[in-house]
Amino acid sequence: MKISERVNQVPPSGIRRFFELAEEMDDVISLGVGEPDFTAPWSAREAAIDSLERGKTSYTANRGMRELREAIAGRAATEYDLDYDPDEEILVTAGASEAIDAAFRAFCDPGDTVAVAQPSYVSYVPGVVFAGGEPLPVPTREADEFRLTAEVLREAGAEEAEALVYCYPNNPTGATMREEHLEPVAAFAREHDLTVLADEIYADLTYDGDHTSIATLPGMRERTVVFNGFSKAYAMTGLRLGYALAPPEAIQAMNRIHQYGMLSAPTTAQYAALDALEHCSDDVQEMRAQYDRRRRFVLSRFAEMGIECFEATGAFYVFPESPWEDAEAFAEALLEECGVAMVPGDVFGAGGEGHLRVSYATGLNELREAMDRIEAFLE
Amino acid sequence: MNTRAELVSLLRENARYTTVDLARMTGAEEREVESTIEALETEGVIRGYSAVVDWRNTDDEPVRALVECNVTLDRETGYDDIAKRLVGFPEVESLRLVSGEYDFSMTVEADSMGEVSRFVSEKVAPVPEITQTVTHYLMESYKEHGIEFDGDRDDDRLSVSP
Ligand SMILES: Cc1ncc(COP(=O)(O)O)c(C=O)c1O
Repeated sequence: MKISERVNQVPPSGIRRFFELAEEMDDVISLGVGEPDFTAPWSAREAAIDSLERGKTSYTANRGMRELREAIAGRAATEYDLDYDPDEEILVTAGASEAIDAAFRAFCDPGDTVAVAQPSYVSYVPGVVFAGGEPLPVPTREADEFRLTAEVLREAGAEEAEALVYCYPNNPTGATMREEHLEPVAAFAREHDLTVLADEIYADLTYDGDHTSIATLPGMRERTVVFNGFSKAYAMTGLRLGYALAPPEAIQAMNRIHQYGMLSAPTTAQYAALDALEHCSDDVQEMRAQYDRRRRFVLSRFAEMGIECFEATGAFYVFPESPWEDAEAFAEALLEECGVAMVPGDVFGAGGEGHLRVSYATGLNELREAMDRIEAFLE
Repeated sequence: MNTRAELVSLLRENARYTTVDLARMTGAEEREVESTIEALETEGVIRGYSAVVDWRNTDDEPVRALVECNVTLDRETGYDDIAKRLVGFPEVESLRLVSGEYDFSMTVEADSMGEVSRFVSEKVAPVPEITQTVTHYLMESYKEHGIEFDGDRDDDRLSVSP
């Protein structure tokens, strides 16, 4: 069978290789997990069950249930002071993943360049390639606490790009960007007429103050697509629900792809999401408080071990420097000899070399055990 | 959240967290954690620490019963007076005043059903203000202090994921 050039161009994910290594072993404490260890809030699960009992098993509108779009608009308005029209400017998708994929396909012509802030979530580069675009890595620096700056954008030649994709709070570094950090990036985007694809799926997991969306900055709303979803903050990964907020013409273009490729997001999940927005903010607060404690715990243990790590303030990852020069060798040795899994940073692209992604979406007892094992391993 | 509230919540979750770990988690100094816990104890906010035991995994499961008690009050005797008398019995593991059908809810612990019955009939029932007792023996415990005994502890997430 002939496989397309585009598919062949994308190598298998580096995460996959570590997954396979870890799967071969028993008694692994995994710090390599990119999803919450909590269960979706009970109220949201009940809403999903209730919708099934009532036989709500049909497609919904392509863009998603109107009620859910209204609730999403309400949340964007109260949390980020962003007004989006539920009819024209919101698209409900099967996970943020589908929204991101639809955006690449909606905005890329063959050969168009998309600047990708790195280290980054592993799907952006392949997503751009599948859409026929050319990914342009923009490595961020540890000296800038892995924030995107106008300087690194310039250095990478991003002014030639059509679009820029990033996520803050960041997977894998845990870095966040406040308004003063976003300003120069927004200025760069305006000056060079870039479309900004802002993945804000970890927005609710910000530990150093409130999250700021770049779409709130002057002149940015009209050039930004915001991605968000329920996987992380609401611990609803398996329900596959996300959304995009963008000006009408962008949503229209993405919806054209979505309506043929997906028809509509899972109906059961839409009911769960509606309930999550209406009733589960306390659950989110409680989960965030727990992540925050684990974050401090992990950062402080690394500091005590003499492992360099900047203070990650978002998502559920920290991104320490590898104690060995070769992070991949370290991760492999740690896995094989101590049964602790973490992901080498270069899997996430330029700027990630020599680092490790450590997820603290796991119970404190396991985290403590993992840290003890690492400490013993280093001695 | 302030450190006091945070420490209370963490110790409720696991009273065995070390001071060092508590300091790591809250970002407070170890000394502050120590003194705050001490204050919580002397102020009577934290009254004690105990283990949550799943007795089915041991050979010496005690017999426990939930005893509902109804009382009548008079000018001289209030709920507190009756409670004071009842909490004095070592068999009483917990005692609470509740709203609804009956007044006190009491958990009693002893070595055998006979002992529990004797305790209720010989010590509790004769208390003059107690008008009625109903004893429910605990058959099985599925959750105690927020901890599920048969909780699905397996982490079935993928060991490494994006
Ligand atoms: C930055 C980022 N964006 C998107 C996703 C995918 O989210 P969803 O489950 O909504 O498709 C992830 C998952 O790891 C992520 O880390």
